[in-house]
Amino acid sequence: MTEPDIFGTPERLGMVVAGSLTDGVEVRLDGTASIEDVKVGTFVTLQGDRARFFGVVTDVSLRATDQALASMPPDVSDPYIASVVSGTAAYGVINVEPMLIQDIEGPMPSKTIPAHFATVSPASEEDIALVFGAEDERNFWIGSPLDMESKLCLNIQSLVERSNGVFGKSGTGKTFLTRLLLIGILQSNSAVNLVFDMHGEYGWKGSAEGGREVKGLKQLFSSKVAVFSLDEASSKRRGLTPDYVVRIGFDEVEPEDIEILGGILGLSPVAADAAHFLQRHFGGKKWLSEFLSIQGSEDIRNLANTVGVNQGALAALQNRLSRLKRFDFMTDTGQGSVDRILEYLDRGMHVVLEFGRYGSNLTAYILVANLLTRRIYARYMERKERASGDPSSEPRPLVITIEEAHKYLTNDIASHTIFGTIAREMRKYNVTLMLVDQRPGDIDDEVMSQLGTRITCLLDSDKDINSVLAGAPGGRKLRSVLSRLESKQQALVFGHAVPMPVVIKTRDYGTSESYRELGWKDAVELKSQMEQDAADLFGPGEE
Amino acid sequence: MTELDKTLDAPVGEVVEASTTELVAQCHELYESPPLGALVKTGGEDTVYGVVAEVATRSLDPGRRPVAMGAGESDVEAIYSSNPQLGRLLSTEFRTVVVGHMANGRLNRYVAPLPPKIHAMIYPCDEEETREFSGSLHFLPLLLSAQVGSPDDVAAAFLRGVSRSHADSRAFLVGAGRELASLLGGDIHRLNGILRRLAHD
Repeated sequence: MTEPDIFGTPERLGMVVAGSLTDGVEVRLDGTASIEDVKVGTFVTLQGDRARFFGVVTDVSLRATDQALASMPPDVSDPYIASVVSGTAAYGVINVEPMLIQDIEGPMPSKTIPAHFATVSPASEEDIALVFGAEDERNFWIGSPLDMESKLCLNIQSLVERSNGVFGKSGTGKTFLTRLLLIGILQSNSAVNLVFDMHGEYGWKGSAEGGREVKGLKQLFSSKVAVFSLDEASSKRRGLTPDYVVRIGFDEVEPEDIEILGGILGLSPVAADAAHFLQRHFGGKKWLSEFLSIQGSEDIRNLANTVGVNQGALAALQNRLSRLKRFDFMTDTGQGSVDRILEYLDRGMHVVLEFGRYGSNLTAYILVANLLTRRIYARYMERKERASGDPSSEPRPLVITIEEAHKYLTNDIASHTIFGTIAREMRKYNVTLMLVDQRPGDIDDEVMSQLGTRITCLLDSDKDINSVLAGAPGGRKLRSVLSRLESKQQALVFGHAVPMPVVIKTRDYGTSESYRELGWKDAVELKSQMEQDAADLFGPGEE
Repeated sequence: MTELDKTLDAPVGEVVEASTTELVAQCHELYESPPLGALVKTGGEDTVYGVVAEVATRSLDPGRRPVAMGAGESDVEAIYSSNPQLGRLLSTEFRTVVVGHMANGRLNRYVAPLPPKIHAMIYPCDEEETREFSGSLHFLPLLLSAQVGSPDDVAAAFLRGVSRSHADSRAFLVGAGRELASLLGGDIHRLNGILRRLAHD
């Protein structure tokens, strides 16, 4: 093929001239390929003697055959001299990390590198489809490779098998990516979603930059999505009647739910621990309401003596926990919110829990997310164990989406929380997490290391970048790729759901065409389809 | 046969010194040497190709140096017409660098196993032959390393001349320039020098 490709030059970019498996290969660019057209993160193919490799450009550099070139540059004002010298005496080199090798069974992780002089070309649409799969029920179109139009797909089945992370500075498109992933999961039917929607962006209307409104999941897939709300008034103001209004009973709160709040509430470990003593003292369900009803320092002192906890710690605990009373969603007795959520999930409905005005209150968010997740997870465990290997009676795989994880999945407490447990145990009990976060560096290393697929938009703090890339094959080389992503609509995807790391331009979301591509039908289309269905069913109506 | 063909077919000189890498030829006519960088060949079966790398006119007898004789004459042509013996006392010679040969009907762009005989006729190459020979430039190292006064000028003159026989002379020069750049990659000054000579064509 000699047709001009995306680079506007013949197919070939250059050839392999040096390299190693650990450092990737060096590719000398042909004189015809301009180094300015080759971007870090570009997907390329390397055709060796016998094998075909797929790789990612990790660095670009300028070289000269003679060091004197730098001090005595040729007269490039003459177009002839410029065209001769560029690409010959002065040339470009790209570093490529070979990721996959084409095998009879398909692309496999590469354990070797192409031989000297292997030809390197930009990947074609067929290559993309070969490596990432064509769009179908299992493969969800998430975006396109850099500078290409072809559809790049994620394997949703692999995605939901493990916990995942969507990372990026604020304003880089995490929310849009997450919406797409949720839709991918929804469309593939491979799992049900439970989204703890902090800022009301996933269920009903979300907002894009410039105040533009974008549709939420409920608007696109109303029959498959239920929106639960903690703050009915806020939901109604936004034009949504929630499917269910969630209430949390004081009798539902357990000491473990308080433990995770320790950092946020500024409780000392002793104070946080005291909750366990209180539960033992007051009994299972009443402990919190009884404890909060105690008034006066005298009573506190007596209680402290009885349960054997420092009085100051106990007073602090009571003081902080009394904040929970300010939450309207807290009631004396629970109203079965967990059952209701599970009921919807069992029917294959995807549940988005909106926090309304509590979204900005981290205590409320963590309390509710942790409390509900712990109970749902316990039920899943129980049902999974009961099913004991019979796949038909197993609960549907569940993906729980949580935001701002760096505030409560930190090194010191992650191991105590339910989210830490879920991340560690992976798919054992059919529950996995999707972390949406802007400071992955603060998330517990162990949780990060268990993430199957990481999708990361631009990050600029070294700590965050290191944490996201930790343990990724070729992580060191992906740094340059990650730190040079554009600030909008670009993400680096690597891990379980893609065969090799790849930079994508995220698929459009927010235009009516994009909704239609996602399977949404507007009122006119729905009506005509209903008429068509009726005609198919009953025969054409009488004239 | 046209006038042009006749000129092309006529030998321009004959070999007076021969080695595998170099031929020195004496012109049949004074001052009738092919120009620097021209592609020439020997006649006969085992054609040897060379590129003119040096042209010199001097006294046939090394002991007898020419003396000034133009006093009273208006110009150089007048001196020659009033001294016809000069054509016998002086001779024009050119040195060629061997760049290829024919063997068994095949064109090889490297030095011949044996030099041609002394007195072998030397002919200029016509445009088509020049184009065919320059279809590949793998012989350029022979020119660049020739033991002559200014091999870079020879190479530049050769490429400039040859480019005119190609339909797209610019593309040919760019290709040749790239070949030079890969040969002289370690000597950017020399490369610059040749490219400047080619650029101002």
